[in-house]
This record gives sequence, C-alpha cells and structure tokens, in this order.
Amino acid sequence: MGPGMTDSVAAKAERDFDAFSFLARFAPLIFLLLLMAVFAVLEPRFLSSVNLFNVMRQVSITGLLAIGMTFVILTAGIDLSVGSLLAFAGLVAAAVAKGGMQDRFTVGDDTIGYGWPLAALAAIAVGLLGGLLQGVAITRLKVPAFVVTLGGMSVFRGAALLFAAGGPISGFEPSFTWWGQGKIFAVPVPVIIFLVAAVIAHIVLSYTRYGRRVYAVGGNPEAARLAGLNVSAIIASVYIIMGFFSGLGAFVLAARLNSAEAVAGTGYELTVIASVVIGGTSLFGGTGSIFGTVVGSLLIGVLLNGLVLMNVNSYIQQIIIGIIIVLAVAFDTFAKSRRRKN
Amino acid sequence: MLLRMSGISKSFPGVRALDDVSFEVSEASIHAFLGENGAGKSTLLKILSGAQAPNAGTIEFAGQHVSFASPQAAQAAGIATIYQEFTLAPDMTVAENIFIGREPGSRLFVNFGKLEEQTRALCARVGLDRSPRALVRDLSVAEQQMVEIARALSMKSRLIIMDEPTSALSRAEVDKLFSIIRGLKREGVSIIFVTHRLEEVFELCDSYTVLRDGRNAGQGKVSETSVDAIIRLMVGRDVGLLERRAQSFSTPEVAMEVRGLSRMRKSTDASAIELHDVSFRLHKGEILGIAGLVGAGRTEMARAIFGADGFDKGQVIVDGRPVVIASPRDAIAEGIGLVPEDRKQQALFLSLAIRTNMSIASLDQISSASGFLSSAKESALVEQYRKLLNIRMASGDQLVGNLSGGNQQKVVLARWLALRPRVLIVDEPTRGIDVGAKVEVHNLLIEMARSGIAIIVISSELPEVLSLADRILTMREGHVTGEVTRAEATPEKLMTLMTIGSQRAA
Repeated sequence: MGPGMTDSVAAKAERDFDAFSFLARFAPLIFLLLLMAVFAVLEPRFLSSVNLFNVMRQVSITGLLAIGMTFVILTAGIDLSVGSLLAFAGLVAAAVAKGGMQDRFTVGDDTIGYGWPLAALAAIAVGLLGGLLQGVAITRLKVPAFVVTLGGMSVFRGAALLFAAGGPISGFEPSFTWWGQGKIFAVPVPVIIFLVAAVIAHIVLSYTRYGRRVYAVGGNPEAARLAGLNVSAIIASVYIIMGFFSGLGAFVLAARLNSAEAVAGTGYELTVIASVVIGGTSLFGGTGSIFGTVVGSLLIGVLLNGLVLMNVNSYIQQIIIGIIIVLAVAFDTFAKSRRRKN
Repeated sequence: MLLRMSGISKSFPGVRALDDVSFEVSEASIHAFLGENGAGKSTLLKILSGAQAPNAGTIEFAGQHVSFASPQAAQAAGIATIYQEFTLAPDMTVAENIFIGREPGSRLFVNFGKLEEQTRALCARVGLDRSPRALVRDLSVAEQQMVEIARALSMKSRLIIMDEPTSALSRAEVDKLFSIIRGLKREGVSIIFVTHRLEEVFELCDSYTVLRDGRNAGQGKVSETSVDAIIRLMVGRDVGLLERRAQSFSTPEVAMEVRGLSRMRKSTDASAIELHDVSFRLHKGEILGIAGLVGAGRTEMARAIFGADGFDKGQVIVDGRPVVIASPRDAIAEGIGLVPEDRKQQALFLSLAIRTNMSIASLDQISSASGFLSSAKESALVEQYRKLLNIRMASGDQLVGNLSGGNQQKVVLARWLALRPRVLIVDEPTRGIDVGAKVEVHNLLIEMARSGIAIIVISSELPEVLSLADRILTMREGHVTGEVTRAEATPEKLMTLMTIGSQRAA
C-alpha cells in the first residue's frame, strides 16, 4: 500500500470524530457544569465551599455503591439489592462494634465491643458474602440478575429487620465515627474514601487484564466465550465487587450517622443505578467508565442539593430523578442505534 | 400460469442479489426451486412472500398484477410460506396456532366450537391425527409441520412455499409429507419446493428452476432432465476468478485427528443438526476444505471440536494425545482456534476498540503476573498484526465496528495468530467481504499453512474451497460423504457428493 493509503485512513478517522459522538461522550460533564452554573446564579449559597463539600459528602455513600454498580452494569447486569445489603451489613458492623446486641444504646463506653477495624471487616465480609451468593445464583442457576437481586433486595432487608429486632444500634466510639464525620484538611473522610475507591476502580477497569475482560463479557458474551474467557466467573465476580462496595458503604454510612438501622439505604438502588446510567454507562453492557459514574453521582448530588436550597418539595425531587433515569437510558438507546446506522 | 415473476432485480448495498430473474409456476403443480447457497433463492422467495420489495420486475399471480407490501398482503392473496424455522407458538393449542389472529367468532369472543370443528377438518386434510386442543409443544417436528401446512390451507392458499421442509424429517415422515403434498396438488394447490436433496426433486416435483449467482441458470420439466444436468446448472461451467494455488505445504505429520464425532438431536431442539460419526485427520501445514450445503453440519462439527457446543460421542486427538475439550477455553489451551461464521455476533466486540478485539484471547502475553496490562506490549502486538495482515485502520483505539468487513475479519485472524495456534478452523472466512479483501484473506490463510498451522476452511463457496484446499471433505446431513484430493476435485464432483452422497459419486 502506498502513502496515499495512510492519508485516506487519516481522513476516515477524522470523519469518525463527529460532533455527536463528542457530545455523547462528554454530555454528563457538560450537563453537570451547566447545572452548577444555573444553581450558582439562582442561589448564591450553592457555590460556598461548605455547601460543595456537603454535596460531595452526601454523594459519597451512593457514589461508592455506584462504583461497584459500574462493574455490574458493564456486564449488562443489574443489582437491585444494594440498599438492603447495605442495611444488613451496617447492622452487623454496628453489632460487632458494640460487642453484641445487649448494649446497643450504651454511648461512649469503650470497654465494650471490638473497635472499628473489626466492624469494618464485618460489614465488608457480609457484603462480599451477599454478592457471592447472588453471583453464584445468577451464573449457576441461570436466573436473570434482575430476578436474583430483586429477591436479594427482599431477603437482605428481611435479614436486617430480623437482626435489628425493630430498633437502631447507635452510639459508636469516636475512632469509628471519624470514618463518616472526620475531615482531613477540611475534606470530609467519606469524600476521600469515595475518590480513592474511584481511582482504584478506574485503574482496575482500564489497566488490568480483568478490567478488559469485564468490558468484553459485557460487549458480547458469546464472542467472549468463544475467545476463551470464563464468562461465568467474570459475571459472578462483578456481583462480589458490588457486594464489597455495599459493605464498605454500610460502614461509612453507619459511621456518618453514628447509627445503623434496618431501613437504611431504602431506595438507594434507584439513585445508584441512575448515577451509573447518567454517567454514560450503557445498560446494554460493554461501554462506560468510572469517570462517568463519578460525574453521574455528582450530577444527582448537585441536582438534589440545588433543589433543596431552592426549597423544592422533596417528593418532586423523586419525580425528577425518576424522569432523568428514563431520559438517560433513552439517550443511550438513541446513541446506540445511531452508532449501528453508521 | 398461476405465478409469473419476470425481470426481477434486487440489490443490497454492495451486492446484486437478483439480476433480471424470471420464475414461473403453473397451476396445481409441484415446482422445485434449486441453487447453491447464496444463489438468490431466499431473496426471490422473500420478494414473492411480501417480506421484501424488488428494485425492478413484475409479479403476476392468478392472472392479476400484484405487488405485496407485507407478508399479510401476500397471504391474503393466497400465497403462504412455511419457513424452515417454524413460526408456531409452542404453548398454544393446535387450533389456536392454525387460526391465530383469524379466530372464528365475534369481535370480542372466540367461537371455540367452530374453531375446533374447522381445525378438525383441516387436520384431516393434512393427515394430522391430533386433538385440536393438543399443545404444539407436545408435537413432533413432522406434526408441527402439518400444523403449518394446515394453517396455510386455512388461509385458502393457492400457492404454498416450503423452504427445505424435509431437512428435519425421518424417511417415513418424508414419505408422509410427500403424500400430503401430492394430495394438495390434486386439490389444485401449487407448491414451491426448496430442497438441497436432488433425489427428492426427481421423486416429487413436476418442474424446476435453477438460480446461480442471482441469475436464471435453467428451468424446465423434471421429466426431461437428469441429476447431472441439474448439478451442472447449479455450479456453472466456470470455477470462478480464483486460481488454484500452486504449492502445498502439507506434511505427513498429523496435527489433529477427529474420531467418530457424533451428536444427536435433543427433543428440546427439534431443528438442531445432527453429526454422525465424523472422522478425519488434519496434517500440519495442510488446508483441509469442508464443502457442504447449508445444514450439512459443517459449522456444528467445527463448534463441537472447538468446545463451543457439546457432543455425545467421539474423540479429538491433538499431536497424538486424546484431549478433553469441554469449553472453548480447553480448545484454546490445546492450540485450537475458531474463526466463527458470524463475525459480528460471535467474534467481534463491536463497541470496543480494535486493540481489545485483537488482544482479548492473549491478554496473558501482554500483562504482568499481577494482572496489569502493558500498554507498550499491546501497542506492539496491534502494530505487528496491522503490518502483517495489512489492516487498514487509523489506530488501535478506533472502534472495530467502524472497520470494513475485510478488515474486521483480519482483526479476528490477528486475535488467533497472536495465540500461535496449532489448528485453526475458519468458518466462511470471506462471507460479506469484498473481492479484493477476499484474495488477501486467502493469501493469509496460505501463509499460515506455510508457517505450519493446520487449517480447516469451511466455505459455502465451491470456488473458495477449490482454490484453497489441499484436500476436501464433503458433508451432507451430518455425515462425511466423501474425500477428494485437490487434483481430483471438480465442482460437479463436489456438488454431487454434497447433494446426493457417496453412492453415486464413486
């Protein structure tokens, strides 16, 4: 092939770069900045550093779950059980911290309980176990993820209610609550945990063998199988990762609220899935990124915060989130059909 | 004439599927419609049944000019199609399936008495001895076919198109089907009968039409022709543009042996293709061609060897060792690769970059023990195969979906080459690829053979098999029907083995 070949290839590549795909890629970020600009104009308090950190702290728990959910949705899966699993894991962590259920309301007595490291481990262990069970059910019993995790949503919530026997467990040591309420150089600890987790997840998805395989399984499971990938193991693994983040989120939430209760995390699945989808990760699997999920999480956080500052009724906020998730998926479907036409 | 199609042309982007084709069926007759894979039969039938519109040409049916905007319009005019894959709802009854959407009764309520009465009459006509209330799920394949025929009759069809109706039937069931078809003919219904089994044409049909490369190759009365004459019409005189390669790199060393590979049809999957005692040896550096018509079991054989589908009996021996292959992963570990026939569904990750598509099977080679990918090694791999296979692409980060078919196929070949396979099975390597890229892919396969890889080429295009293969196996209905060396192979000989079997070809 002569030199003319490379020229035409370059020209083709330039044509591939059209305005639509550029916008599609950065739409969430552009939308986030626009939204922030609008709120800044409408409500000057919005841009104060106190408020911005507040937004980020509020976002950090669902953001942690959204990081795990990105893995799940990249394989074209879904996990509806995150809020329930979080509640159950949080209660177990709290019980460990308090050394059992009998002293659940005793505040500040550090002679009882096992300290935060064991509590955190307990929450994460519960999350991992829950994720493992669901992953195995999805891959071995061949039940769709939607059904398995819908069942899990009920099972874990029931387990949490049973475990809590009707009341919250509250009052932890300061070393425990620091993980939810503390600050490092004015930055709330949950925000730091969220961002560190996001960076690690981004590295895993973009720069490891495993990450590549997650995208491949989501992009075309049959092609992945015929390329020699262990598709079942990869699918099971993303639910275990999701479980890890449910456990971690449970610990941070309990620390922030200085309490764990059975109804914690109710409705989180919607916010979490919305964050991932708004961030551009396709429910059809194979495309998306952690960066998008971070932006999506912030977008929802900013939206809710802005609406609160403008005294919009909280029920209306729910309506808005619901509409946005449908629009985001509609946009994804549209972008996909456009790609196919090209 | 009941049906007269004339001057029919149809083009798809890049392909001229039909070029000035004429097709006629007389009243109360059984008409065989023949041609190789890709000759244009399906396209013509889709136009006739209203599923596609022609670019040019006219259709005259029962003395009137017609043009069908939809399959429903064709059905209303009296043309019904029975596809190879049945369109029945398995959990509904026989009666409901026959009259689906046209149930007798008022606007709101179905008159079940009338429904069953009419169903019983239709079942008697097609010889189906089942209650109208039987669930279609519980019926055999042959019985389901009768339900399809009954449905066609219930629409007062005057012309019924049957697309390979015998491919899933036993000999006794075929005999019964033929007597039903002859009965329909006596009632004045005409049948268009598509088949790959030429002996059935001579047993059943009155007249025939042969298509080749989208054009009329011949038509006439069956009583005035012979099997050999029809085979000549199907393959044509010219073998095609492709020259046979001069050199062979085949060695005496056996790379892979397959012994007694068999797979039975499961009752849950009535249209599955069986494999019967498939055995062959494949040598290092050899290109073994597999020729057969659609449904001959070529792809099924490849998928069974590769571990993509299970098989019931048989053994695969690689480098003299019997190996257990339960999944594609096992096959890859034994050095066997498969380039599947459906590139987009089974090989490519269309939404992912070229680099992932190339490296996905060999990620271990380009990553550290801890699992981190080396971007430098991956880029080197992409660059190496871009040059080696002359892939026209802008960068490894480009989406593979934006490449042409030929370049996509090269990306899939690169994926397997990166694994340095001992055996590579390529299923329809040049389907949907333009002529220039076709020659390039052929040369690549020859180069691979030269480097010592044992290659199996499955192709529906006889010229492709003839130009590439050192040796050719023919398959029909899951059996290996013949083995022909390159020197002995002619299109006629292969077509005979593919359509009739071994008894006549000897």
